Amino acid sequence: MIAVGEKVLMRGCEAMAEAAIRAGCRFYAGYPITPQSELAEYMARELPKYGGVFIQSESEIAAINMVLGASVTGTRAMTSSSSPGISLKQEGISYLAACELPAVIANFSRGGPGLGNIAPSDADYFQATKGGGHGDYRNIVLAPYSVQETVELTHLAFDLADRYRNPVLILCSGLIAQMMEPVEFMPFREEKEEKPWALRGARGRPSMVIKSLYLQDVELEGHDLKLQEKYKEIREKEVRVEAQHLEGAKLVVVAFGTAARVAASAVEEVREEGLPVGLIRPITLFPFPTDFIRKAAEGTDRFLVLELSGGQMVEDVELAVRGRVPVEFYGRMGGVVPSPEEYLTEIKKRL
Amino acid sequence: MYTDLMVSGFGGQGVLIAGRLLSYAAMRENKHVTFFPAYGPVMRGGEAYCTVVISTRLIGSPVVRNPLTVIVMNLPSLLSLEPRVKPGGLLIVNADLADRSHSRREDIKKIFVPANTIAEGIGSGRVASMVTLGAYIEATGAVTLQNAISCLDKIITEKHREFLHLDEEALNKGAEFVRAGHRLQDTGIR
Repeated sequence: MIAVGEKVLMRGCEAMAEAAIRAGCRFYAGYPITPQSELAEYMARELPKYGGVFIQSESEIAAINMVLGASVTGTRAMTSSSSPGISLKQEGISYLAACELPAVIANFSRGGPGLGNIAPSDADYFQATKGGGHGDYRNIVLAPYSVQETVELTHLAFDLADRYRNPVLILCSGLIAQMMEPVEFMPFREEKEEKPWALRGARGRPSMVIKSLYLQDVELEGHDLKLQEKYKEIREKEVRVEAQHLEGAKLVVVAFGTAARVAASAVEEVREEGLPVGLIRPITLFPFPTDFIRKAAEGTDRFLVLELSGGQMVEDVELAVRGRVPVEFYGRMGGVVPSPEEYLTEIKKRL
Repeated sequence: MYTDLMVSGFGGQGVLIAGRLLSYAAMRENKHVTFFPAYGPVMRGGEAYCTVVISTRLIGSPVVRNPLTVIVMNLPSLLSLEPRVKPGGLLIVNADLADRSHSRREDIKKIFVPANTIAEGIGSGRVASMVTLGAYIEATGAVTLQNAISCLDKIITEKHREFLHLDEEALNKGAEFVRAGHRLQDTGIR
């Protein structure tokens, strides 16, 4: 067993599995897909040691519905996949959101659309943050940029999922799944969340129903309004964002996940040359740090959004900035991971 | 301090284990380090490679297009990776499986190590990648040899425990080979 505070070298998806177990995850179902099959492999080996259940399901659709079944009983449950597999899970995620059931879903995204390739990409931003499945719902979306942060956000994901009874999606590129970095783990979670809503048998209490079917329009609207209230509360309380060098910055770079990592390196270099460049890194993609970016727009000349996509988060940055200053975009697609030098060039072009 | 290394060869030549050992040793020296393997569908005997980045600062990208240092364990790797080495960088070639006549670059430093011959000399050709890693460590000083040896224990799985001593000797022999006349002063590490 890995001791608390012991530094180990681990790949991101295996570190996430270890963190999930430590966070109290006791049910995992998934179907293998590159670049994150090692997560399932780790769970298959380790989860039963803690009294948990691992199932390699017959499909991604089965896996997400098994997670729903486990979550109904109050068990901390998760599934993971990569882009095409996550697309298959969307119906189940919509049902989880509608039933107000906690669940953690990890997407180690890869080049798309379609079958695409297995190289790192962050082009599932729209799918993750704007619903993905049908109906008026939101996932909480967390975007780690290192193996260490993957561990920390996995703990947070389970806590937020329970607190808001809502699916939490961890979105990171396949690069973070496969890359090994030094990492330290947090202690095993001891406390048990009170879940009076969980269905574990009705002996000694009135029966309860968890469902997403509301045939009467007004009744369903009432349920939808309740969900909207919850998303409002999440927007107010759960924004997480990191910023550097915003003071006096003429150009502010906005990036998340893998792109943020490369961007941080590039920004550090231009700062050393004395150039006034800042960096904003959204850690929660939903809720998006809209107010934070809006405020930053008051003190800068322009934004540059860097993504491993054709331009997705840039739309949320534009909404936040509301045309106050120009918002520019530079993206690479198809699994191309830009170098810090490439970002450096893009940054300097805009100063 | 920043340096990066690509190790490439056939699957089974110990390419990934060499990269992981270096990464582990760098971690023990409290440096930032990333290890990024080639992943996905590969066939037995197909191409295997990994990239290690070591720095005293945050590492932006674990993916490197033009590495400062490269170890190639076979001819296909020499042909594909030699053109990518940064000018002034270092190329370590397993001379047993990649003939030096195929090497074209004049603007980089090169060390040709008969890694299989050396490995077989100490008991098993399977530790050839450790010979080249030993040479790399001696030539660059990216980590200390002693530290790398002490990390073997953490990297070698139960299944390959019997190779632990051979791995250690292979690292030493590779380093000795460089010490014996192939020491390079400037290896491009900044």
